[in-house]
Amino acid sequence: MNREDFPMLDKDIIYLDNGATTLKPKCVLEKMNDYYENYSANTHRGDYDISYKVDLEYENTRNLVKDFINAECLEEIVFTSGTTESLNMIANGFFANYLEAGDEILITTSEHASNVLPWFRLAKKIGCKIGYIPVDDNYYVTIDNVLKSITPQTKVIALAEITNVIGDKRPIKEIAKIAHERNIFVVVDGAQSIPHKKTDVQDLDVDFLAFSAHKMCGPTGVGVLYGKKALLEQLEPINMGGGMNESFDSENEVFLKSLPTRLEAGTPNIAGVIGFGEAIKYLTNIGMDKISKIEHNLREYLIDKLIKIPHIDIINLESDSGIVSVNVEGIFSQDVAYYLNKYNICVRAGNHCAKIIKKTTGVTNSIRISLYFYNTESEIDELVELLSNKDKILKEML
Amino acid sequence: MDPEVKREIIMDNYLNPKNKIKIEDNSYDKVNSNNESCIDNIDIFVKVTDGIIEDIKFDGEACAISTSSTSIMINNLIGLSISEAIKYIDNFDNMVNEKEYNRELLNEAIVYEDIYKQNNRKHCALLPYIGIRKVLEKYSK
Ligand SMILES: Cc1ncc(COP(=O)(O)O)c(C=O)c1O
Repeated sequence: MNREDFPMLDKDIIYLDNGATTLKPKCVLEKMNDYYENYSANTHRGDYDISYKVDLEYENTRNLVKDFINAECLEEIVFTSGTTESLNMIANGFFANYLEAGDEILITTSEHASNVLPWFRLAKKIGCKIGYIPVDDNYYVTIDNVLKSITPQTKVIALAEITNVIGDKRPIKEIAKIAHERNIFVVVDGAQSIPHKKTDVQDLDVDFLAFSAHKMCGPTGVGVLYGKKALLEQLEPINMGGGMNESFDSENEVFLKSLPTRLEAGTPNIAGVIGFGEAIKYLTNIGMDKISKIEHNLREYLIDKLIKIPHIDIINLESDSGIVSVNVEGIFSQDVAYYLNKYNICVRAGNHCAKIIKKTTGVTNSIRISLYFYNTESEIDELVELLSNKDKILKEML
Repeated sequence: MDPEVKREIIMDNYLNPKNKIKIEDNSYDKVNSNNESCIDNIDIFVKVTDGIIEDIKFDGEACAISTSSTSIMINNLIGLSISEAIKYIDNFDNMVNEKEYNRELLNEAIVYEDIYKQNNRKHCALLPYIGIRKVLEKYSK
């Protein structure tokens, strides 16, 4: 549905790599162009009309994000360049000052590199431990396993709400409850969940949340760091510079602005943030529950067809998102992706930045089909038709 | 060479690669070759005795082009002296990078003569050559 809104969908391609990034509707592009063409000025400097408009639009996106995830106040919404930067800020700006040697950070082996490597570095620097919550036979994180993994040293649990290879959804609300009863912080990587379902950070009661605009119909280079206000107050800026300081005379007298500006040093991605606001309006107009439902139906439709093909191994039969990871028996995933590319079908081959996932699934590589609301059953039919003929794949993959 | 024959040679070396076996033997030098832009990842094991390549094996996960290219390369290199092998590798490099090369020297590896047309697969064909060059250059010094 809504296909006419997306210029990329005129291009005669079948785009099934929405886990990597999503396509952008025309309204988002127009909104960004409008900024560049009609009120191109910097933020936070409202001395003249167009500059004032920039501030209004920029802050309007903050408001839209706040409502979109139901944050308590605007100070809790910090703009970053994406999930990766947000997670690094959380690790290096907050936990670097909070954790001590011997403390434990709990993650899983199915996390994206962006929710692994910042913790690895921190652990090395401080002398903390990294613990892994085991997953069940369907690669799910169960409450039981969370409880078993927590030790007296556990100080933070950092998880994707939905993972990018398996697409499993973690019971974040329950995990947060258990964690908070034990004075453990909860960090959520929302890169794959915020674009696909309704989110209420107050209901989930997470401490920090990171996500990217480009995976939810917005522009690249924009993301959000959400944190509970009291925690963000303690988060030390990684970047120092213009826009975020109140005054400075000497090295001992630097006064920083208040949240969230304190954490947004330098000229931000203004066009991106403004475009992101439009993307949120766009998704909200469709309705997040409706988006979840469409994706769910498309996934069921795809699975029902793939399951009948004997040479297709489905890695994640169970999943709560539009992600389906598969292998064609005996054919390297990248060759399958090259083959599909010949028919203008875009899927991703590889380990999807989750390099330690092979510990979880025993499979190093796979092709990932990731759906969004604008995909259609007829696109799936075409994909399935191409995958159902193994001889054809072998014949045409070179 | 007929494109269909080329295809058959590549597919045969992909589906039934020669010398593909992991070995644990200290008399072999081991080198890992992986492709930063994709997911190919192979280990190559080389045994050099008195300046002659006595044996090569490989192991790992890689696409059809990389796997077949490794299998064919190994077949061509076993028995050569270090300097002959480096000459062979240079020649293959030249072919893939559209420089002047000697067709006669390549044997079966000529099946990749058109690979330069697929920019995203050039590196797949070259992958094993990059790894083995590292080992051989150690011996040639
Ligand atoms: C689960 C998950 N976390 C983090 C990221 C990183 O997002 P970004 O590259 O936008 O920073 C991704 C994107 O691929 C992801 O899927």
